[in-house]
Amino acid sequence: MKGIPVIRANELTRKFGAFVAVDRISFEVHPGELFGFLGANGAGKTTAMRMLSGLIRPTSGTASVLGYDVYRQSEAIKRSIGYMSQRFSLYEDLTIMENIRFYGGIYGLDSRLLAHRADEMLRQLDLELQRDQLVRSLPTGWRQKLAFAVAILHRPRLVFLDEPTGGVDPIVRREFWEWILNYVALGNTVFATTHYMDEAEYCSRLSVMVDGRLAAIGSPSELRRQYGVHDMEELFLNLATSSFT
Amino acid sequence: MEAIIARSLSKTYRSGKSQTHALKGIDLDIQEGELFGLVGPDGAGKTTLIRILVSLILPDQGTASVGGLDVVRNFGLLRQQIGYVPGRFSLYQDLTVHENLHFFASVFGVNAEEQYGLVREIYKYLEPFRDRKAGQLSGGMKQKLALSCALIHRPSVLFLDEPTTGVDAVSRREFWVLLSQLRNQGMTIFVSTPYMDEAARCDRVGLIQEGRLLRIDPPTAIVRDFPLTLYALSTDLMSRVKPDLASCAEVLSAFAFGANYHLTFQTSAGPQACVRMLEQKGHTNIRLEVIQPGIEDCFMYFMKGS
Amino acid sequence: MPTKLARIAFGAFIQKEWKHIFRDRKTILILFGMPLVQILIFGFALSNEVKHARIAVFDQSNDSFSQELVKRLDASRHFDVVARLNHPSEVQEAFQAGEIRLVVVIPPGFENALHAFHRAPLQLLADGSDPNLGTTVVHYAASIVAASQEDLLGQQSLPYGFETELRMMFNPQLEAAYNFVPGVMAMILLLICAMMTSVAIVREKENGNMEVLLVSPVKPLWIILAKTIPYLVLSTANICSILLLSYFVLDVPVRGSVPLLIGGSLIFTVTALSLGMFVSSIAHTQTVAMFGTLVGLFLPSLMFSDFMFPVDNMPEPLRLISYILPSRWYFYIVKSVMIKGLGLAGIWKELLILSGMTLVLLLVSIRKFDNRLAL
Repeated sequence: MKGIPVIRANELTRKFGAFVAVDRISFEVHPGELFGFLGANGAGKTTAMRMLSGLIRPTSGTASVLGYDVYRQSEAIKRSIGYMSQRFSLYEDLTIMENIRFYGGIYGLDSRLLAHRADEMLRQLDLELQRDQLVRSLPTGWRQKLAFAVAILHRPRLVFLDEPTGGVDPIVRREFWEWILNYVALGNTVFATTHYMDEAEYCSRLSVMVDGRLAAIGSPSELRRQYGVHDMEELFLNLATSSFT
Repeated sequence: MEAIIARSLSKTYRSGKSQTHALKGIDLDIQEGELFGLVGPDGAGKTTLIRILVSLILPDQGTASVGGLDVVRNFGLLRQQIGYVPGRFSLYQDLTVHENLHFFASVFGVNAEEQYGLVREIYKYLEPFRDRKAGQLSGGMKQKLALSCALIHRPSVLFLDEPTTGVDAVSRREFWVLLSQLRNQGMTIFVSTPYMDEAARCDRVGLIQEGRLLRIDPPTAIVRDFPLTLYALSTDLMSRVKPDLASCAEVLSAFAFGANYHLTFQTSAGPQACVRMLEQKGHTNIRLEVIQPGIEDCFMYFMKGS
Repeated sequence: MPTKLARIAFGAFIQKEWKHIFRDRKTILILFGMPLVQILIFGFALSNEVKHARIAVFDQSNDSFSQELVKRLDASRHFDVVARLNHPSEVQEAFQAGEIRLVVVIPPGFENALHAFHRAPLQLLADGSDPNLGTTVVHYAASIVAASQEDLLGQQSLPYGFETELRMMFNPQLEAAYNFVPGVMAMILLLICAMMTSVAIVREKENGNMEVLLVSPVKPLWIILAKTIPYLVLSTANICSILLLSYFVLDVPVRGSVPLLIGGSLIFTVTALSLGMFVSSIAHTQTVAMFGTLVGLFLPSLMFSDFMFPVDNMPEPLRLISYILPSRWYFYIVKSVMIKGLGLAGIWKELLILSGMTLVLLLVSIRKFDNRLAL
């Protein structure tokens, strides 16, 4: 079941002055995929993700996300996607419920639907008793799970995750990815970056960005075969190291 | 001789009614010249422990000394002998690489040129960018600059709080090579990290979780003490493995590890029973083999035990 | 403290601080542009001084004395005589046309009456629909008339028929700039020293730089002091530029001693710096530091320093507030030295109060500085 691509980028480019942050990248992501977006710091991942989520305009090239054009329909894109980043996701000085209400409000959920989804979500997270606690008081792992739950409150068909598991303990980190895989299994699409190379293996397909270009793209097993490597860490080290010097 | 000693260190943060027990009785002895890794997730107490050891915050209970100097009473002398790289990038973003280095040399009352030998290995990566503002460096480069600045006064003990967090795999590897070189020159290094795979590069590791040290041992000893036989499982139907394993009573633990699942079993008959069950459920190309546990396997095991 | 180490480190800090300041174009613009713009805005645009107000004259006497008076009114930069009226009914019309601010009515036999009775009636009719403007215009005219009287009749003359007590001491022409210059000096020093230093110190905390510096052998107090030096220098430069600007562009005289003026300003600079240090020891983010200085220091200073609003007209509790504001004392000192030309004897009490406040603030803010992280 391939269907219409959720993300379709063609020669997408972004320059900052003379510096080419993203250099003519072309790829497609299909419904129901968990797409891994790897690359060294400064390789252009964040810029590419910002273009796709409608935050910055590309310099040239075309891209559509959920059928919307990134140049003309960035507002529609922002309404339809979910976004979660490790750096910022929830307000620590608000309670769990206040965060949920805030984000529900942003995406225009009416109060009945919001209450229903919040209850369901808190039950799944086993956080029903803590609903009026400040987010600050939650352990990091829980916070990240809650952040993801909040990011999918409006049931977006596409979710961007920017290093969602940095610093999370190993058990919760795995629980977190199980959640993501479950959400993908429902037919949704997830586009994720990570520095944990073992997590890259969970992806149905992934790409490695090096110096603004897509150096490799494919499923983990395809890439293992193609590059003759054992795991994604080896692949990443090979590709990223060759760009230094 | 011990470079760092901690005895039943405790620290509690209070804000309003709520309180967080960041450290619950930490005992630690670190030898001179040791590369010690404090490994644990966010919120385990890593930063608090480091900040107490560098005399930035006071413990509620317990004592600690670095290089024989008490962290509470002798903090003035202590601060001259240690180097510290905090978790957050804490150099001046609007000053250039070169200016930052010179500034920190002056703060410690040394001449950057005279001390150059010590940081040459690290600074050579930065030399091409010496006139670039620190804020415009990539994550890996920023960390190398922070390390250079912390080393400029030849500290005898170096503390690094999560220097590799958010840094890509290539830069992380380079950074650890640099730390090993410093250790080989005789420096005592205390480094914290949330990445379990980095533990293997340390002489000894302290696994920390919820303010308690689960284990303090060389990585090889930690791995050796893993009391169970660990198996790696892969099939052609990976997405079904987790739910299918749930119905197998023999399975003690099952964690996803990259392209495999790492399993432990209740009894020695477990592996066979598990393979049979998976075959019945339609899995093909089943591979189940004994593997050496890694630090992450051990951490999860000790974490559950505690 | 190992002195050589301290000296090197101290120097490095000051150097670094200069770089921070000069590398950020916006900071420079604020530091050097703001005093300039404020002085000019207050001096010209915002001043309540009236210039070239259109007035009409209904001179029924038309003798040499009345002609001289009209000439003087017209020569003043406050007034332009644009119409001569010939009939009382025209007065009403002139105001209703809306272009005339003031009508000077000189009755018949003006000069004769003056010589005969040393008193001559003179009517100043102002447009009361804007009471402030009306009063101001009347005051200007009155003071010009009073001055003419002295010149024309000499010292022996008796007062005219309207209030000569309206005459303003030391500022007979009611020059607005006279009041604004000392006020702006106080405000600029507060902004640069208190706000910029507190923000600069808090920035080190917020960016995590403080964490590294605290762990270095440099004493935290030196870190803070080193941060204040560049602002001290900048403020001194600003005081000088304000004085030069007001002297040459706004024609504000400096009647008293310049060293005394600068000395008082330096004391107030240290006051403002210690206020900045105090704010930065409480605030943890740059936003808090900024709003703390703006709302906690700048606004009260603006309102209660006698510079915008006369403190004497305020109710007792508000007047008390003004007593604890350093800027009020500084404003008084500058006004006294610059405009009244008073010497040390006239302002020693105020200088003493200001110095006392500075000492207390400095001690408090230094004590508040911890050599560990506040969490």
